[in-house]
Amino acid sequence: MAKSLGPVKRKFSPWTDPSAVPFIRFENITKRFGTFTAVDNLTLDIYEREFFSLLGPSGCGKTTLMRMLAGFEEPTEGRILLQGKDISGVPPYRRPTNMMFQSYALFPHMTVEKNIAFGLEQDNLPKGEIATRVEEMLKLVKLEQFAKRKPNQLSGGQRQRVALARSLAKRPKVLLLDEPLGALDKKLREETQFELMDLQTKLGLTFLIVTHDQEEAMTVSDRIAVMDKGLIMQVATPAEIYEAPNSRYVADFIGDINILEGTVAETGSALGAPGTVRIDCDGIAVSVEQECQAVKADKVAFAVRPEKVRISPDQPSNTSVNAVYGEVWDIGYLGDFSVFLVKLADGRVVRAAQANVSRLVDRPITFGDMVWLTWPLDAGLVLTR
Amino acid sequence: MASVSETHPANKPNPARWLVVAVPYVWLLLFFAAPFLIIFKISLSETAIAMPPYTPLFDGFGAIGDFVSELDFDNYLFLTDDPLYIEAYLSSLRIAVISTFLLLLIGYPMALAMARAPTMLRPTLVMLVILPFWTSFLIRVYAWIGILKPDGLLTLLFQSVGLLGADDQVQIFRTDYAVFIGIVYSYLPFMILPLYSALEKMDNTLLEAASDLGCPPWKAFWKITFPLSLPGVIAGSMICFIPITGEFVIPDLLGGADTLMIGKTLWTEFFGNRDWPLASAVAVILLIMLVVPIMIFQNQQKKVT
Repeated sequence: MAKSLGPVKRKFSPWTDPSAVPFIRFENITKRFGTFTAVDNLTLDIYEREFFSLLGPSGCGKTTLMRMLAGFEEPTEGRILLQGKDISGVPPYRRPTNMMFQSYALFPHMTVEKNIAFGLEQDNLPKGEIATRVEEMLKLVKLEQFAKRKPNQLSGGQRQRVALARSLAKRPKVLLLDEPLGALDKKLREETQFELMDLQTKLGLTFLIVTHDQEEAMTVSDRIAVMDKGLIMQVATPAEIYEAPNSRYVADFIGDINILEGTVAETGSALGAPGTVRIDCDGIAVSVEQECQAVKADKVAFAVRPEKVRISPDQPSNTSVNAVYGEVWDIGYLGDFSVFLVKLADGRVVRAAQANVSRLVDRPITFGDMVWLTWPLDAGLVLTR
Repeated sequence: MASVSETHPANKPNPARWLVVAVPYVWLLLFFAAPFLIIFKISLSETAIAMPPYTPLFDGFGAIGDFVSELDFDNYLFLTDDPLYIEAYLSSLRIAVISTFLLLLIGYPMALAMARAPTMLRPTLVMLVILPFWTSFLIRVYAWIGILKPDGLLTLLFQSVGLLGADDQVQIFRTDYAVFIGIVYSYLPFMILPLYSALEKMDNTLLEAASDLGCPPWKAFWKITFPLSLPGVIAGSMICFIPITGEFVIPDLLGGADTLMIGKTLWTEFFGNRDWPLASAVAVILLIMLVVPIMIFQNQQKKVT
């Protein structure tokens, strides 16, 4: 049976279709503020109805990229195409994009109702239609009974909903979300993430979200662009980003991972063909089943996620490959998972995570225990960048 | 407040606390309430050729009966008889309203420009607005005489650039125009500072949000910026309007014989006619007239805080 990467959220992948026309295209975009380059010669396609995330640490240029699409900043070089049309020089108030601001930017002197109606009023829609649309929006975000309140009479979560309703009221072609859930607590954030996904499917809009929260990006997106220092490091689906990161940076940024530096000892196949690669990581012999991206003696990194590493006090049958022995140095109990930090004889630390599938354990592993860590051939991957 | 102080142990009344609270009240009592009562008392007496120039109204506690029977509202009735006073009041209000409007018209753009200036530049700009206070108010008004008088600097300037012939002169001095110029000049900082503080607090992303929702900048000003600066507009207007109504120095120095302002009338009654009781009555009415805008002002301040 053919293996694939992770669960598929929905049958939607226009980016794999070479004939698909991108809805939004950033074409060789560079943005400089004085001597600082915020976005560096970046090209990116986003498709219609896609839920797309820009993910990266603060200062990586993700917000600048979004603000250029909204029209608050003009690119220094390059152009932005929306449905094939260059939108450079078009002021924000004439762009078919709407943005949900990180601070929500609700108008404090207007009621919830008025806030939501604001964008519609700018289009000079008839009063009746505005009222219907506002009501529709209030219902959508479940704030019907708060219509007459002012923003300062609402809780953080309610304000966030008003901001969302206001940005959706005009039915924009693209909804931009700038760290939309940053101010909410974890429970509410998770709930809202699923609501956002629901909304996006229901309304059939294109969503572009900026976030530094990788879990949020993974949950909501069809595709994620991981950014660093104004560059895009990888654009892929959440499962690909997690299971097949293309570089040490992406692997390390998304989730928890063990990275062991090493050299290629033997490749079982030609470049680009599937096979088994053997790597020597300073005394640890590692074998990986993967499409080969390196040749013998290349400096590479071996990366394996902690949850794919098995921890056991018993010696495995084969200790010559994909197995290390060490002392339990620290344990992080997370409830659903326990993370074990195992210190090898040479001082390197390898992490293993174990799902706490039963409430009671026969032989619990504790501090100071000597344990074996093993992982199968297809658990890890070789990173060449 | 009372219920809080009862329930919270830290809020139990203690003497030191009362002392601190009492200071402003004692201050107001000594320097506002007491003088006002004295003025009010004088306004109810009659002119006399004496030192001070009015009949004593209250001679010890034995004469309370006399006191009440001698209470005299003639001065107030006289104010309504002579159209001069009513005209002076109305003229003062007119000048105050027009000046306040002019101040808003000039002050708002300046305050807005200051609030939108780069953060580093703002303290300097505020400094520049306050700078005129370093010179005496009187000297600055006298300086305007030098500028506005017929053979003054303005005439010289206009003559030198050819706007005026060699024999023509600017005829502004001793007119209402000169009064407006003087008032607007003197009160501008009091208008700019509250406006600036209101505008500076405004979140710039609100304007971005408005623009994002399809609102062009000039429209966003009236929909977002102006409504949000209303507390500043009201504060600035009140701070200017109230003292302008009673203004005496500027109309006296720059205004003409026909510039009618209640402050000037008041001065004439006190020092020209030595009719202290009537002058006091004028002052009492002026104060009552200004209580209304002061109440509006305080009500607005309460809403803001």
